[in-house]
Order: sequence, then structure tokens, then C-alpha cells
Amino acid sequence: MQQFEIKRLIPIELFGYDVSFTNASLFMVIALAIIPLFYLIAMNRRALVPGRLQSTAELSYEFIANMVRDIVGEKGMKYFPWIFTIFMFILVLNLLGLLPYSFTVTSHIIVTFALAAMVWLIITAIGFMNHGVGFLKLFVPDGVPWWLLPIIVVIELISYLIRPISHSVRLFANMMAGHAMLKVFAGFVIGLGVLGGWAPLVFLVGFTGLELVVAFLQAFIFTVLTCIYLNDAVNMHHH
Amino acid sequence: MIAAISALLVAAAAAGAHEEKAGGLPQLNPADFAPQLAWLAVTFVLLYLVLSRVTLPRIGEVLEERRDRVQRDLDAAERFKGETDAALAAYEKALSDARQKASSMAKEVRDRLSADTESERSKIEGELATKLADAETRIAATKNKALASVDEIAAETASAVVGKLLGEEVSPAEVKKAIQPAAE
Repeated sequence: MQQFEIKRLIPIELFGYDVSFTNASLFMVIALAIIPLFYLIAMNRRALVPGRLQSTAELSYEFIANMVRDIVGEKGMKYFPWIFTIFMFILVLNLLGLLPYSFTVTSHIIVTFALAAMVWLIITAIGFMNHGVGFLKLFVPDGVPWWLLPIIVVIELISYLIRPISHSVRLFANMMAGHAMLKVFAGFVIGLGVLGGWAPLVFLVGFTGLELVVAFLQAFIFTVLTCIYLNDAVNMHHH
Repeated sequence: MIAAISALLVAAAAAGAHEEKAGGLPQLNPADFAPQLAWLAVTFVLLYLVLSRVTLPRIGEVLEERRDRVQRDLDAAERFKGETDAALAAYEKALSDARQKASSMAKEVRDRLSADTESERSKIEGELATKLADAETRIAATKNKALASVDEIAAETASAVVGKLLGEEVSPAEVKKAIQPAAE
């Protein structure tokens, strides 16, 4: 599990807290650098008829914009930059993790949990800001017999409180399991040598392709769930 | 509460440190949490600022511009189509007007011609009628004259005959008076 280890590249201590620049920090900073850089290069020409790179940039924009519009509606477009940042950040961190010798930031539960907690806190705040105390009605679904209400409210409340955990563990577990799997099979390639190593190598190639899909899919799922939670807070639609 | 959490964290840290030696998950080492959270907060906030302030508005602008352009072109096409339709309608109207005018002109000419013919005919008929009447009066006059002449001649003849027969000169007026009842 050495690939998941945090290595302090530049030890820093601030107000008694350890804020060292670690390998995780390095990849966060790389993501922070390459995302705007990509869009800077892609949108450089601002062509009316986009080229390949510009198309990709616009596609990602439309992809998230349509997602927010479909799930939350026009009122949700206020939060579009935030959703877009979440998606791109997780997507790029997931993809960077697939490079050999790199580090997968999203394979750390503390990072995914912090992201999910941020989503949960902001969305809860949005809910109370939009609906005041009425936001609590989210826990009282329509059309439930009154005698079921005490149980339902408790269940709804628990499912709401547990959201950041399910939200974060899904991403973390997928990223970690995938990378651990790659590591294990890479170990087999070495272990079985020139004669037997080809089988796990072939598997490894296929599995890397699958991991690419998973990297995208998990960023997508995390973002879709964020949109669904946001929809609750903005529109208060009962499920 | 805080004491409980810190106690928990310390216990977890101890367990984590212990597990690390035993090859436990590096993800569960609380000592590594602080630097990750700090850098996550900094990078995420910076990324959000750059994307929301610079990157996304730029893409939005380009998309908006394209949408506007397409809409403009569609509008222009719509306008041209309307103009074409109007021109076509005007042409159709002009054509039907011309057709109507032509037919009315033809009718007018026909009417005028037939009226002319009619008046010509009635004029000629009138002329003929007057000529006929003239002729009739002339004939009547001639006849009367002739009839009057007959009386005269008869009287003259009669007076001549009477004169010859009686050897006595008889005035035509007398003869005339004498034969008047016979003539009537």
C-alpha cells in the first residue's frame, strides 16, 4: 500500500498545525495548474467554429451546464461554477492518479470526505437560505400516513445526515480499489517473469482502460449526486 | 465534546501509527489529515476562483456569441423568406389584377363595339325609315297630283269633247263642276 502513502516533500508548520507540502499537495497543485491552463490554451482562439481542443473545452462546459439545468433547473445555474469546479477537480485528480509513479489524491478518504462535507454544508446552508425553517419539510415527505411519520422523519433525517459519508466513501473506495488492483497485477507481472507475466500484463492493459472509465464515472457520479442534493435544497422536490 | 473528539483522534493516531508499522492503510493515518485538508482547501478555493472568474465566463461568452450568431442568421433567413413570400404574393396579385383588367378592357371594347354597331344600325334604320316615309309622301303627292291632273285632263277633255259635240264653248270649270259628282 506504499502507493497511497503520504510523503512530506517540504515540511511546513503553521500555527502549530502540520501543513507540509506533500505528494498529495503536489498533485492538487498540478490539477490547479493544468485545468485553467487547458482552458486557456483551448479557448485561446475563441473561434466561432471551434477546433478539436476548443470543442473539448466547450463540451465539458455544456456537459456540466446541461447536468445542472436538467437536474436543478435554471435556478441552479447560479451554482454552476461551483459544480463545474467539483467535477473538473475530481476528474483531473482521478486521471492523474492513473499515471505511473503518480499519486491519487482522491484515493484518500479524508480528501473525498472533506469534499463531500463541503458539498453537504454548502447545500444545507443553501436550503435554509432559500426556504428558512421550511427546509425541514424535506424530512416530511408528502402522502405518508400520519402514524408512519415518526419513523419516516427519523429515516429521512438519518439518510440526510449520512449523505456525506456515502458520497465520499463511494469515490474513495472506487479509486483505492482500482489502484490497489492495478498494483497487485503489476506485481504479478514482475513475479511471473518473462514467461508467465504476459497474462497479467494483458489484463493490466484492459484494466487500465476500465480504470479510465471509472475515473470519469466516479467524478460524474459525485457531481450528479451533488446536483441531486442541490435540487433538494433549491426546489425542495420530494422524492 | 471537543475533549471526546480529541481523545478519539489521539487514539486513532496511536492506532494509525501502530498500524503503519503493521502495514495498515496509509489513508487512515490522522497525522496526514491536516496537510491534506489544508492544501485541499487552498487548491480547491483557488481553482474555484480561477474557473468562476476567468475560465467559465470566457467559454460562456463564446457559446453565447455563437448562439446569437446562429439566431441572427436564422432570423435573417426567416426575414428573407417573408420577403420572398410577400414578393410572390405581390406578383400573384399583379397577375390577377392584370388579368382582371384585361378582361374588363375586352368587355368594354366589346360593349362599345356592340353599342356602336347598335347605334349605327338604329341610325341607318332611322334614315331608311325617313327615306321610306319621304318616298311614301312623295309617292302620295305624286299620286294626288296625278289624280288631280286626271280630273283636270278629264275636265279639259270633257270640255273639249263637249265643245266639239255641242259646238259651244264650255268652260272647264263648268265641266269640272258637272263631273265632280261622278268623280267622287
